[in-house]
Amino acid sequence: MVLEGKKRVWEDYQKEIADDHYFYVRSCIRQTFFPGSETTFLRIMRDDLGKDVFEDARHTTCTGIGYHTDIVPLDTTMTVIARHFALMTEAGYTNIIPSCVTSFGIYTEVLDTWKHFPEIEAKIREYLWKATKREFTIPENLVHTSDIIYKFRNQIKEKSKVSLINKKTGLPLKVVEHIGCHYAKMFPTSGVGGAEFPSVLTGMIESWGGSVIDYPERRHCCGFGFRQYLVMANRGYSVSNSKKKFESMQPYQPDFIVANCPGCSMFLDRWQYTIAELEGITYDKNGMGIPVLTYEEMAGLVMGYSPWELGLQMHQVSVEPLLDKLGIEYKKEEKYLGAHGQNLGEPQKPQFLIV
Amino acid sequence: MTKTPQHIIIIGGGPAGLEAASCLGEVGYKVTVLEKEEQTGGKLRLWYKLFPGFRPSGEVREYLANGHKMNPPEIVTKAEVIRVDPEIDHHQVVLADGQTLKADAVLIATGFQVFNAEKKEEYGYKIYDNVITSVDLEAQFISGNPLKTVAGVAPRRVAFIHCVGSRDKKVGNVHCSRVCCITGVKQAIEMKEHLPQAEIFNFYMDMRMFGQNFEELYIEAQQKWGITFIRGRVSEIAENIDGSLQLKAEDTLSGRPMRMNFDLVVLLVGMVPAAGTEALGKSAGLAFTSGNFLASNDTHFFQNETHTPGIFVTGTCREPLSVAETLTDARAATVRIISWLREKELKSNN
Repeated sequence: MVLEGKKRVWEDYQKEIADDHYFYVRSCIRQTFFPGSETTFLRIMRDDLGKDVFEDARHTTCTGIGYHTDIVPLDTTMTVIARHFALMTEAGYTNIIPSCVTSFGIYTEVLDTWKHFPEIEAKIREYLWKATKREFTIPENLVHTSDIIYKFRNQIKEKSKVSLINKKTGLPLKVVEHIGCHYAKMFPTSGVGGAEFPSVLTGMIESWGGSVIDYPERRHCCGFGFRQYLVMANRGYSVSNSKKKFESMQPYQPDFIVANCPGCSMFLDRWQYTIAELEGITYDKNGMGIPVLTYEEMAGLVMGYSPWELGLQMHQVSVEPLLDKLGIEYKKEEKYLGAHGQNLGEPQKPQFLIV
Repeated sequence: MTKTPQHIIIIGGGPAGLEAASCLGEVGYKVTVLEKEEQTGGKLRLWYKLFPGFRPSGEVREYLANGHKMNPPEIVTKAEVIRVDPEIDHHQVVLADGQTLKADAVLIATGFQVFNAEKKEEYGYKIYDNVITSVDLEAQFISGNPLKTVAGVAPRRVAFIHCVGSRDKKVGNVHCSRVCCITGVKQAIEMKEHLPQAEIFNFYMDMRMFGQNFEELYIEAQQKWGITFIRGRVSEIAENIDGSLQLKAEDTLSGRPMRMNFDLVVLLVGMVPAAGTEALGKSAGLAFTSGNFLASNDTHFFQNETHTPGIFVTGTCREPLSVAETLTDARAATVRIISWLREKELKSNN
């Protein structure tokens, strides 16, 4: 592997990422799957970096899941997104940052469509006006929130308390970075590093001391694929995609996986449980699976946040082996305490996957 | 002919330029060949053997060098032409060093350059150690060194990928480079000669065996050498932990996706116009094909003429051609130049 070759590709795919004043739009599903991630993003941005991030409670789904399962027509999707742009405009912002990779992909697709077909934009403006009496301006800057963390990776490093280094061996942790398909595969120029060798997560990992594993099925979809998962009969297909990736990364003995997409983080974590229960297989030496983090969780650990405040107890694959490697202290008895100290109760233990 | 022979400047000292120089010299014209590199011979210098008969490329270079004996042209190397200024009676050829040369006719023979395979990011050229191009493989053959992977072992399984940078809208090249199919067959056989135990696979869209003995060589590759041809475009290449390569494709005949491992992958890179051809063509007021090659005045009758009188084109600067076709094209261009100069002379005498 020639790193210089990758760097040449990365140089071709750099994009403008606004420096401050962001209109933040949350994901539909991340707050359920990984409830600490979005909170952590806001904490880092506002408390640690001093950035202005605004969100509006009236923001809704982008319709992404419905759109990609052919339930919601494109005109409806575009009108909903136009409403989000209107909320941004009304709040006085011009930089929009979706938390969800699918939302980012749809926003990018809609803006590109309007750029090439102004008559469609005019039609959607009319629909929005008729439905809500709202108007909007096109965002000056649209980036994914992982782009924002990438942009400030060095500032985060300066304030960091933990490096992605194995405390016992002193060696960089080996990290699998997984990029959501909707981040750059549809519009390669919209992703930092492009579609084939994205550097958005690589940049974070390397800045914070880790090393990146480039394994054969790196580019492969996690298996979510919307209708693969949402249609129950297709879920075996979804699992088989994740399994293909796990088998491909296993020889490299990764310390953890990090992803920038809600679905990818979810399925790479939960399907390890499913595969273990179905086939009695795990992809690590100890039968505990490979921990999966969101990039905000990874950033939060680097910043020294409490793993339980980050919501890492919500993961299917236990994160404790990773915390031990990082030298992060934690209290086991606090793992299942709620925000106000109440005991939430321990989940049922799987049969094969060790937790 | 006039007492002072008319002067023809040929831009490019590859096969097309040298063959045209030889033919024009034979009939008494003053010919100057301007070659931007240190040596003439063009891309022939990069090739070990030529299809379909495995003729050493050195034989063609020798032929081209010997063609000048009767009335050798003036050959100027390291002479980069940056502009041609067309004028009514003659043309001004401007060099990078500031020199300006006057010519009665100009023949542009700037040739091609190979497609930059790095643009096909999904194949990982210059990222994955064991992904090479057809040009790299020729260099390996020329070196005489045994074929090895980066790990220093003889490859046991090799893939050739056709149409890299050709017939590919994604990289902006719609044109067919024509010679890659037969090059893939030739190199696969050469590879098999070097590595009899190796399994060799060619991934193609369709095999364009247009030339004499091409189809025969394609059949020989399968029957005699046991080379496997799979109809399917490769979607991506990735590196395995041992440095071997994982390749994904669809076998479009069986309708099945494939995932295979290889020790070495050879990208059959296509042709694009040589650097500087576009600027040169624009300065001379020439038209371009969709692939940015220099356009002919007429695709049937005046393939070597341009819309600018007295400026001619030949060889792979106007479209992808084999070496044999290039030489034929250069001779054809010569006939048109002679005809045009004689007509011009007659007009001036009247």
